[in-house]
Amino acid sequence: MSESPKKYDVIIIGGGPAGLSAGIYTARARLSSLLIEKAAVGGQIINAGMVENYPGYTNGISGVELTQAMHRQAEKFGLETLYDEVIGIELNGKQKVVKTPQGDFITKATIIAGGAERQKLGVPGEVEFTGKGVSYCATCDGAFFRDKSVVVIGGGNAAVTEALELTKFASKVILIHRRHELRATKIMQEKLMADKRIQILWDTVVLEILGDKLVNKIKLRDVVTNKESTLEVSGVFVAVGSQPATGYLKGLLTLDAVGAIVTNDRLETSVPGIFAAGDIRSGSIRQVVGAAGDGAVAAINAGKFLSG
Amino acid sequence: MSKPVEVNEAKFDEMVLKTKMPVLVDFWAPWCGPCRMVAPIVDELANEYEGKVSFMKLNVDDNPKIANRFGVMSIPTLIIFKNGQPVSNLVGFRPKPELKKNIDTALAG
Repeated sequence: MSESPKKYDVIIIGGGPAGLSAGIYTARARLSSLLIEKAAVGGQIINAGMVENYPGYTNGISGVELTQAMHRQAEKFGLETLYDEVIGIELNGKQKVVKTPQGDFITKATIIAGGAERQKLGVPGEVEFTGKGVSYCATCDGAFFRDKSVVVIGGGNAAVTEALELTKFASKVILIHRRHELRATKIMQEKLMADKRIQILWDTVVLEILGDKLVNKIKLRDVVTNKESTLEVSGVFVAVGSQPATGYLKGLLTLDAVGAIVTNDRLETSVPGIFAAGDIRSGSIRQVVGAAGDGAVAAINAGKFLSG
Repeated sequence: MSKPVEVNEAKFDEMVLKTKMPVLVDFWAPWCGPCRMVAPIVDELANEYEGKVSFMKLNVDDNPKIANRFGVMSIPTLIIFKNGQPVSNLVGFRPKPELKKNIDTALAG
């Protein structure tokens, strides 16, 4: 970019519930605010067909509708949105230089709300068959598996949500989990167990995803007996957890053992003027309402930092 | 302002395969919430590449044959066609810079 970099009071990185909530607060506080989102506004929760635990929605609301409303609300107060990827943050005195492929942006305060990224399973066939039977989003791809047999890999809330979503389309849904108990919350487990269309394979890991042009089977191993087997399936939905998206922040901010950003109770990071909110933060409860709360805390403290 | 145009089965060959200009087709469906979230990015790209690439949207629910023909089993999927051939197939959300890189490669190649 040849012209001088644009300046903002606050730059928010990541357009999930944490970033959107932060944007509502900073823009409404009349701070010039830019939200930078690399893929799609809404974050991980747009994969959820129904969010049942966000306060105020008696009958639940889809993740897309909820975050679209948050985005409209923030833009109403003056938040600007840029679709690009942040590749680094540099410190220049008190200023922060936020670097993107299309140029630099200068800000006094930054709120990092980049969330977590779905982890890959890391087995042969996964990359080759992505979009050819391997999926990370049941609400996007479920309908392509009408009357087919599918598996969901994982044991947390995301995996259970995917399995329940898939029963709308698939003839058979099998949840495969490497342990003998789920990490998902009780209410999710109850729903899963109550659904007779879902079968669970405990203590089982996937070794390989096989197919011709499309996925047609997977190779499994029972971790208790060590017995290997194959299972004919058309779809493999991967929901094996997520990883904080902090690759570009190593060396700049203090991170915990899993790569999440360490903050204090004001959500300040190890660098003054840089705040963290939502799933990217160490100790996050990984819930939409928590992310929204974090966004507000970070935004209010960013405001205090700017006026202080 | 250039906006993506809806294309269907009947017009696919004429509008996508037989045009000189490279075409980016956004495969989507109304029930795919996440597809709605990538729409603003595709709109931005349509503007930025106006006159160089034409942008189209294909509803996979209404046009299953086309989705099938190009092996689309995951949406959003963006396929870039050049001289009637798919030259780039982007499955799922991709950062805008990565989309641009793919479009630029398709244009150059």
